[in-house]
Amino acid sequence: MSEDPLIAVEDLNVSFPGRGGVTHAVRHASFSVGRERLGIVGESGSGKSTTGRALLGLIPRPGVVSAKRMSFAGQDLRALPDAQWQALRGRRMSMVMQDPKYSLNPVMQVGRQVQETYVLHHRSSEADARRRALAMLDAVKIRDPDLVFNLYPHQLSGGMGQRVMIAMMLIAEPDLLIADEPTSALDVTVQNEVLRILDDLVRDRGMGLIFISHNLTIVSSFCDRVLVMYGGRIVEECKAIELAAAKHPYTRALIKAAPSLDHVQTELSVVTRDPAWLT
Amino acid sequence: MSQQALVAPRRSMTQWLDSDAPASRRQAMLGTLYRGLGAVLANPSSLIGSIIIGSLFLVAIFAGPIAGNASPVTQEWDIRLTPPGPAHWFGTDDLGRDIFARTVFGARVTLGIVMLVSIVVAPIGLGVGMLAGYLGGWVDAVLMRITDVFLAFPRLVLALAFAAALGPGIMNAVIAISLTAWPPYARLARAETIAIARSDFVAAVVMQGASTPRILLKHIMPLCLSSVIVRLTLDMAGVILTAAGLGFLGVGAQPGTPEWGAMVSGGRDLIYDQWWVATIPGIAIFVVSLGFNLIGDGLRDIVDPKSA
Amino acid sequence: MIDVQDLSVTFRNGGRAVRAVKEVSFAVADGETFGIVGESGSGKSTILKAIAGLIAADAPALTINGTAMGTQRNKAQRRLMQFVFQDPYGSLHPRQTVDDCLREPLVIHGIDGIDAKVMEALADVGLQPQHRFRFPHQLSGGQRQRVAIARALILKPRILLLDEPTSALDVSIQAEILNLIARLRSSYRLTSILVSHDLAVVAHLCARIAIMQNGQLVELLDAASLRSGAAKEPYSQELLAASRGFTRATA
Repeated sequence: MSEDPLIAVEDLNVSFPGRGGVTHAVRHASFSVGRERLGIVGESGSGKSTTGRALLGLIPRPGVVSAKRMSFAGQDLRALPDAQWQALRGRRMSMVMQDPKYSLNPVMQVGRQVQETYVLHHRSSEADARRRALAMLDAVKIRDPDLVFNLYPHQLSGGMGQRVMIAMMLIAEPDLLIADEPTSALDVTVQNEVLRILDDLVRDRGMGLIFISHNLTIVSSFCDRVLVMYGGRIVEECKAIELAAAKHPYTRALIKAAPSLDHVQTELSVVTRDPAWLT
Repeated sequence: MSQQALVAPRRSMTQWLDSDAPASRRQAMLGTLYRGLGAVLANPSSLIGSIIIGSLFLVAIFAGPIAGNASPVTQEWDIRLTPPGPAHWFGTDDLGRDIFARTVFGARVTLGIVMLVSIVVAPIGLGVGMLAGYLGGWVDAVLMRITDVFLAFPRLVLALAFAAALGPGIMNAVIAISLTAWPPYARLARAETIAIARSDFVAAVVMQGASTPRILLKHIMPLCLSSVIVRLTLDMAGVILTAAGLGFLGVGAQPGTPEWGAMVSGGRDLIYDQWWVATIPGIAIFVVSLGFNLIGDGLRDIVDPKSA
Repeated sequence: MIDVQDLSVTFRNGGRAVRAVKEVSFAVADGETFGIVGESGSGKSTILKAIAGLIAADAPALTINGTAMGTQRNKAQRRLMQFVFQDPYGSLHPRQTVDDCLREPLVIHGIDGIDAKVMEALADVGLQPQHRFRFPHQLSGGQRQRVAIARALILKPRILLLDEPTSALDVSIQAEILNLIARLRSSYRLTSILVSHDLAVVAHLCARIAIMQNGQLVELLDAASLRSGAAKEPYSQELLAASRGFTRATA
C-alpha cells in the first residue's frame, strides 16, 4: 500500500515538566504512515492526541518533544524553524479536531473561512477561490453549497459543521490529514456519513489519514491499520480487521470491556492494569 | 488536629495540609484554606495588597502604642503648622494637632467604614441577586427594576443626597455609600445564580427534596460568594474615596474626627505653604486604595484565571 | 411502577415553542430496567427529567405507583426516585467534599446514623474510606460517577433514573460503572430507566428498549429482537446498522 512512508517516526518522546515532576505523555513511540488510514486508539491520557499534535509541531510551550527520527515525506521535522512549519501545516498536513464549534470562527461565514484557507496557500483570485470553496463544500456532500457558504457556524448542525471543517482542512489538498476524534461529538448516523467522506477522500486523492479515536468499533471497521496506545506507549500494532484477535492483554481487555450488540454478556470484563505494560 | 501534628516537623505539617486524601472534615477544610492562602501569597499583586492591608489592620489595632504619647485630638496652639521633623514626623496641622497621630487613628475610621459597608452591601446584594436569579418571573422583574433605579443615579451624587438628608456623620455616610453600592452586587449575584441554578448538582439537591432557602444558602451562595468578595475588594478603593469625598465635602466625618478625607479638606487652603497638612492623609488614602485594588486584582486572577 | 401516558413537553423560548417530546406513552414494571435510546434532540433526556419532576410536562401524564405526579412534590415523593446525571464533572458541587455531598440528603430527610450510612454508601459503590473527605477535583471521572451513584442511592429510592451515566467515561471505566449499576439494581431491588445514545450500553442493561426520534417514540422492542435485527421501523434499522460500525459497502 505504501512505497515511501509519508510519516516516519522513531522513538518519539513528549514530556511536560510540571509542579510535581515531569509527565511523560508519549514514550518511545515508533511508527510510520503511508497513503492509508491509520487508526490510533486508546483511553484518555494514553497519549494518542499528543502524538498527533507532536507530528504537527503543536505541542505547547513547556512541553518537550524528542525523537531519533521524525520525518514527513523525507523532510526532517525535528527542529524545523517556525516559518517552515507554517508552510507545511495546513498546506501539506492538516488536522481536524473533535468539536467544530470551537474550531470555526464564530463571526465569519463558513464559506469565506474555507475560501480564506485556499487563498492562504494558493495565492489565487477571489473568484477562483470562491469557486474552489464551493466545489470543496460539494465534495464533502453538503447538499446546497451556495446556501451553506453564507451561513455562520452557529447556524450549522454538528455534522454539517464537521463537514465544513473537513472541507477547510482539505481545500489545500494536504498529503496527510490528522483527525482527532472527528466524529465523537456527532450522532451515530451522522458519524458514518462523515466517515464515508473521509474514506472517499483517502481513496480518490491518495491522502494519508491518521484517525485518532477512543472508539474501537469505529477504528476496527474504518481503518487499515491500528496502533493501540496505553500510558504513552504503543502497546500493539496490527491490521484493523485483525483487531479482534489482538495479542496484547490491554487491547484484549479493552475489547471485552465494551458492551456488545452481538451477544449477551452477564457482566462486562474489567480491565486490570499490569504495571509491566509501562516498561 | 492532634498533638502529634503539632509537634511533627514543619514539612510534614504542610504535607498534611496539602494532602490529596484528607482523613477528616477538618483536614479537608484546613487544606482548602491552606491552598487558598498559598495561592494568594504566590500572586505578586495580591501579596503586596495583603501586606498593605495587613499593615493597615495592625496600625488600626495598635494605634495607641504606635502614636506614642501624641494625641490625635489635642490642640497645641504654640506648635501650629510645624513642618515634618523629629518631634512630629508628619508635622502638625492648623490647630496644632499631630498629623502622624491623626493619620494613624484615621486608619481605624477608614477600616470601620470599609467593614461596615461590606457588612451591609454583601448581604443586600447577594440576597436580592440570588432571589431574583433563582425564582425568576415577576420576582426577578420587580427586584431588577428596583436595582436599575439605584444604578441609574451617579454614585457620589446619590450618596451626597442621602448624607444631606440623613444629616452629616460617619454612620450616615456609611449608610449612604452602602445604599448606592449594592446594585452591582445584585446583578453579579443574579447572573451567577442563573448559571449555577442550571447545573446538575443543584438539580440533584432538588431531587433530594431540599427546600429553596436551603438550596440558596447551602449550595448556591458559597459559589456566588467568591466573585462577590473579589468585587468587594476591588470596590473598597472606591468606597474609601467616596467616604473621603463625603468627608471632604463636609457631609461625612465631623470636624475633630481624624478621618483622612476630612483632613485633606481641612488642609486644602494651606496646600501651597504647608503642603504636608493635606498631602499626608492624601497619601494614606492612595496607599490603602491601592492595597485593596491589588488584593482584588490578585483574587480575581486566582478565582477565575480565564478573565485575567 | 412507572406509567407514562401521552407525555408531551414544550419548551418556550421567547415567542418560539419547541415540542421536545410528543405524546409518548410507556410503562415500566416493578424491578424492570427500561431503556430509552436516541440521537441528540430526540427528547430522550427530556422524558427522564419530566419523570424526575425537573421539567414540567404540558399536561399531567405521569403516574407512579398509582399516584399522579407533577413538578410539585413533597419530600416523601422526592425520596422515591433519584437521578444520576451524564456529566460527572457538573453533577457534584465543586466546593463540597464527598462527605458533604452524601450527608446532605440524609440531613434533609432527618435520617439518623449519618456517619455509618455515609461509610456504607461509599463501600457500596466501591470507594475507599480515604475518599470520604476529598473534593471532586481530587477524584477521577469514574470515582465521581461512583459518588453520584452513592448520593442517589443513600436515600434508598425505589426508582433510579440514569441519564447517559457512562457517556463521559472511558470504555474500561464504563465497564466498571455498568457492572456497578447492574449489581446495585438487584441488591436495592430498583426499578430504573436508562437513557443513552449508545445502543450497546442500553441493550446490555435493559430488557425492553424504546427508540426515540424527534420527540416521538419510534419503536418499542426487547433487547433480543434488537440484537437479532428484528426491528421493524427503518429508523431503528438505520440506528442499529450505524452502531455496528462503519460499512464501506453501502457507500
